[in-house]
Order: sequence, then C-alpha cells, then structure tokens
Amino acid sequence: MAKIIVVTSGKGGVGKTTTTAALGAALAQAGQNVCVVDFDVGLRNLDLIMGAERRVVYDLINVVQGDAKLPQALIRDKRLDTLSLLPASQTRDKDALTDEGVARVIGELREKFDWVICDSPAGIERGATLAMRHADIAVVVTNPEVSSVRDSDRIIGLLDSKTERAEKGERLEKHLILTRYDPGRAERGEMLKIDDVLEILSIPLLAVIPESEEVLKASNLGSPVTLNAPQSAPARAYADAVRRLKGETVAMTVPSEKRSLLGKLFTRRAA
Amino acid sequence: MNLLSFLSRRGTAPVARERLQILLAHERTAFGRSDLVAVLREEILAVIAKHVAIDQDKVKITMERGDAVSTLEIDVELPKTLNRAA
Repeated sequence: MAKIIVVTSGKGGVGKTTTTAALGAALAQAGQNVCVVDFDVGLRNLDLIMGAERRVVYDLINVVQGDAKLPQALIRDKRLDTLSLLPASQTRDKDALTDEGVARVIGELREKFDWVICDSPAGIERGATLAMRHADIAVVVTNPEVSSVRDSDRIIGLLDSKTERAEKGERLEKHLILTRYDPGRAERGEMLKIDDVLEILSIPLLAVIPESEEVLKASNLGSPVTLNAPQSAPARAYADAVRRLKGETVAMTVPSEKRSLLGKLFTRRAA
Repeated sequence: MNLLSFLSRRGTAPVARERLQILLAHERTAFGRSDLVAVLREEILAVIAKHVAIDQDKVKITMERGDAVSTLEIDVELPKTLNRAA
C-alpha cells in the first residue's frame, strides 16, 4: 500500500514540480517503487522536468475517464526502473477530472507502488483540492518570501479542511520544504530566516533547499536534480528529505556547494 | 548611505516577518473560521428563543476586527410585549 504525498504551495513558481521530480527520483534511487502524478491539467510540466515529454501517449484524464488503462498511461523512467510518471493532459481542463475518477485512479496507484507523489497545480481552486484530496502526507513548498509564506498559510488551512483525512478526523502529516534559501542573505537580514518561516507556518521542516544553479541545469536537461547532480547541495538536501520521509532521523543542515578556495574567493568578491 | 543609516540598518527581513505575522493573524480568523459569525448567530438565537419569542431578523451579529482588539457586537431587538416562550 503506497503512501500518497501531495506537493503543494498555493503560489506558483516556488518549486513544486522540481520538488516532486527530485523527491520521486530520490525515493526511487533509494530502491522504492514510486509514481509521480501531474495534477496540473492544462499546464503539464512534470513530464518536461522528468525528460519524458516525448513519451506521453495517454494521461491522467484518459485514465480517469476510462479511455485508457492505468498501465497504458504510466511512463517508466529510462534511468530508474522503479520510477514511473503519470502525466497530466495538456489539452483538457481540470473539470474533466471527476472526484470518483480521481479516487479510483489513486486507489489503483496505491496498490501498485510504495509512494505516489502528486504534483499540485498552483492556486486554491478545484485542481489543487483534488490533488490534495487523498493525501497521507502533504509537502508544502515555500520560498522565504512574503507572498509565498502567505499562500502556504492558506494551503495549510485547506489541508486541514478539504482532505479526506481531515474530514474523517484523521491525522494528515504536513511538512515544509523551504526552497531557494540563501543562508548568506538570511544572515544579513535580507531574507526571512528558516526559523521565521517555521514560526509563522508552524509545521515541521522536512528540508531546506539552498538556492543553486544546479536546479536550472537539471531542468534544462530534463533530469531530476538528485539524478543529474547527486552531489550538489540541492540534491543532498532532497536526499535527506527522502530519508526523513522514510522514517530515518537525519540532522537538519543546509547543504552548501563544495567550491574550491579560488572559487570561494571569486564569489566573495562578486557578492 | 551615511554613517547613521548604516548603523541603524537591520535588513528588510524583520519587516517581512512582522508584516506576515500581523496579516496572517487576521487572515486565519477570516478564512479559517469564516463561518464563526454564522455559527455564533445560530447558537445565540437558540439561547434567546428558549426564553423569549423573537423575530429571527431582529438579531444582528457583527464582528469588527481592529489592530489590537476585535469586537463582537450582538444587537437583539426585543418585541414590545415579551412573549415568554414556554
């Protein structure tokens, strides 16, 4: 029986899809059987970030509506054979997703995998609430920036009211992943600190992903950052997040890029 | 930048933190408990109706949120002759 994770944020552009791909790949790299599901109907992008954009035949809506069977729509990753993608439709809109249809597909995925990671669309509309509906664990992706923190607060409110677990009075695990964090700027008082965000949102921290060039490089290539640059700071942070999701206790650190002394000198000057 | 402003500089993050704390304190009551006034209205009506027959429309409940304190205003218009309910 899979655990269902929803990766959500309210605000767009904070790193939901990057996080979905990285967590999915990192779990698969750790030997787990994983499916990542794109719920962003009409604006699918997880296929592109995963490098599978030319292999999409059927999508989530085809399966929800019964036009395709789940195994026909799943795309097996070429690098990790325990990682699959269920893409969103690019042409239909979110109204084509029915509550019953989504529940049935999630039920089927639950049987097949160890982890199902749902990439939520931005916003607080039906697409976002459908993506979180069946979640056991919510990963709230937040940037250390006022509008992102505010929207995350709204999403946490929705997680507490619109999910199946919340309605049944069961516990829904909620975790924060703080992305695009710059320890230097936070230290200089130019960016909200980790503790500021934690105090405001008051949900436990799963990982801090430092701002890094590696994230864009990985998406350019269509390869999750944990696969493309496993030793990079963001990849190590995502790998730690996955170990915590699996129940291990891992000390919380903000990984930094290993740079040569010369490199360090140059960036200091430039900063 | 003169010396004074350099010394008093404390960064913009504390301002962000403060703005968020104030804003979210308001938004949480607004969105999280949007039905609070409706629930209060129903329950207050039920309590009054137990003792006095009143017109449902003559009960006004409003909530006003201020910076420091919020007020709950309950305005009940009683009929001229009090018809005691049961």
